[in-house]
Amino acid sequence: MAGFLDAVLLQAGYNAALVTIGATLLGIAAGTSGTFLFLRKRALVSDAMAHATLPGIALAFLVMVGFGGDGRNLAGLLLGAGASALIGLYLVDWIVRHTRLAEDAAIGAVLSVFFGFGVVLLTVIQSLDRGRQAGLEDFLLGATAGMLMQDAVLIAVGGALVVALIVILRRPMTLVAFDPGHAAALGLPVGRIDLAMMGLVLAITVIGLTLVGLILIIALLIIPPVTARFWTDRVARMLLIAGCVGGAAGYLGAALSATAPDLPTGPIIVLIAAGLFTLSLFFAPRRGVLAAVLARRRFQARVHWRQGLLSLARAEPIHDPLTLRILRAAGAIRPDGVATDKGRALAAKSLRDERRWDIARAIHQDTALTGRYDGLTPIEEVFTADQIADFDARIGAPQPVGAA
Amino acid sequence: MPERLRLAADDGAMLSDHADVARAALSVRGMTVSYGEKPALFSVDATFPVGAMSAIIGPNGAGKSTFLKAALGLVPMVSGEVQFFGQSLAQARARIAYVPQRASVDWDFPTTVIDVVLMGRYRSLGLLRRIGRAEMALAQEALARVGMEGFANRQIGQLSGGQQQRVFLARALAQQADLYLLDEPFAGVDAATERAIIAVLKDLNAAGKSVIAVHHDLSTVVDYFDHVFMVNVRAMAQGPVASAFTTTALSQTYGGRLGAGQLDQLHPAGS
Repeated sequence: MAGFLDAVLLQAGYNAALVTIGATLLGIAAGTSGTFLFLRKRALVSDAMAHATLPGIALAFLVMVGFGGDGRNLAGLLLGAGASALIGLYLVDWIVRHTRLAEDAAIGAVLSVFFGFGVVLLTVIQSLDRGRQAGLEDFLLGATAGMLMQDAVLIAVGGALVVALIVILRRPMTLVAFDPGHAAALGLPVGRIDLAMMGLVLAITVIGLTLVGLILIIALLIIPPVTARFWTDRVARMLLIAGCVGGAAGYLGAALSATAPDLPTGPIIVLIAAGLFTLSLFFAPRRGVLAAVLARRRFQARVHWRQGLLSLARAEPIHDPLTLRILRAAGAIRPDGVATDKGRALAAKSLRDERRWDIARAIHQDTALTGRYDGLTPIEEVFTADQIADFDARIGAPQPVGAA
Repeated sequence: MPERLRLAADDGAMLSDHADVARAALSVRGMTVSYGEKPALFSVDATFPVGAMSAIIGPNGAGKSTFLKAALGLVPMVSGEVQFFGQSLAQARARIAYVPQRASVDWDFPTTVIDVVLMGRYRSLGLLRRIGRAEMALAQEALARVGMEGFANRQIGQLSGGQQQRVFLARALAQQADLYLLDEPFAGVDAATERAIIAVLKDLNAAGKSVIAVHHDLSTVVDYFDHVFMVNVRAMAQGPVASAFTTTALSQTYGGRLGAGQLDQLHPAGS
């Protein structure tokens, strides 16, 4: 525990501190670039890309050994990873454009073929004399033990660069993700912006290989944005929250793994991100599960309130105890069940709104509107003034209520 | 000197043709677009006058939306030439606003009404400029013009179909264009929204702007528009509504799809 505290406070040695900072920056960069991937609905493409790095890593190792160098040179391995990921990405694109296969099928095909080929190459390397200590399998799940300082610097600088590029490109990427047709009509180079987005994701994948590993990097790209989506309805805030979630996961995960070097870094980072996701899933306001349960109960109360008022308006007897309690609490009826002046006024208004809603629902077929027909949402919040005037014109003049 | 005379005449014809193109908000020559082997549009010529309210009509699958998309370079043309105000698309881009079909986007996208309208200001905002008070005022004014001023901070997923269409129109208004290209602006909207949209479009038209809309409701063509272009893969008829919107042209465009009774109810010119 003391070790973990030291790691969190960046006191567990120079290298550990550097790795932690690198992982934080990587998490921020992955969360923000993943946000656009998610909004553009291309999340799974990044999984194919990540798995496609494996043969590149293995081939780069073999080439470097073949030229008599040290096969473990990180820059060389990452270059190989990037090149084969690019080929994988291009293949997915090519299959979608030139065959009748859909993108998910293309992703599945490319992912499994590249990964399978990579595993075969890894097995071959392990059987070589010089390959025993290569440690290439660390790229599968990530490992920080034995990470050199220059590696940590590479991750930190790469992550910072990606974040900077996202800040610069956030506006065009948002436009393209929301409405590519309109963006193209404005003159935005949609193809090149998509390419830039995939390029950023490729960079994250490659520099994240050492920390998170190629199998789980997709989690760091996708979990932060889906977590952020629970908390906000605006892209700018979603970027900020996704960056924080990714950064926190990277920071805590790297610190934990510095304390317990036997644990693989990638899965720990991903588990922490998943924990934040689960918290959001349950406790986020409005979009969370708990909020949904509470909203359902509020909705129940609203239904009783509306039914009670309508019964008052139509001078019908009310028997339901919950309805009576709600009406009494709001001062719409006296303890003996007789409507107050306030109750009568509210009842008249609700009857009129009911007629407006009848007409509204006959005209508007949208679920977005009928879903808001819950009795207590003022109709003025759902429709514009001219729309309501249109309903009123169809109803006719206001009628006295409760006369019959 | 018959040779010279013929050249002079050719010159004159070219000049007048050029002047004609410059007077057109959109002119298209020989546009052919195909999805796979089957042409969606074949060798279409069309001219839309500056300052007109123009409708593009035709049956389903006739290539109406494709015509707009190809003119805007959103789908590739196999052949053809497109000019806006006598200029190329790239030169005239800032003068054109496009309103796509609202079903073409995901309305659960995390954005608010005002943010969507501000997207229309991208050309002046660019990559990094902060959204200033002037830009914000422009966007608010565009929202007010479509009757949605109270909805600025609403999440777009909470809007009705008609309100979504109004937001799309507001985004186009914020572009302050000279030519508005709308793809089925009245499809699936309520009556109040249809009235609001047509009022905005007529205001634009009164201010000298040009409007071209893909339209599907033949019964409102005469009320809403003054120029019509009928298309069914090929260009079928075009011209002022008063003279070109005829029963003959309609039955040619729609083939057997319109009954004689339906045609009579439209009261087009010449019937």
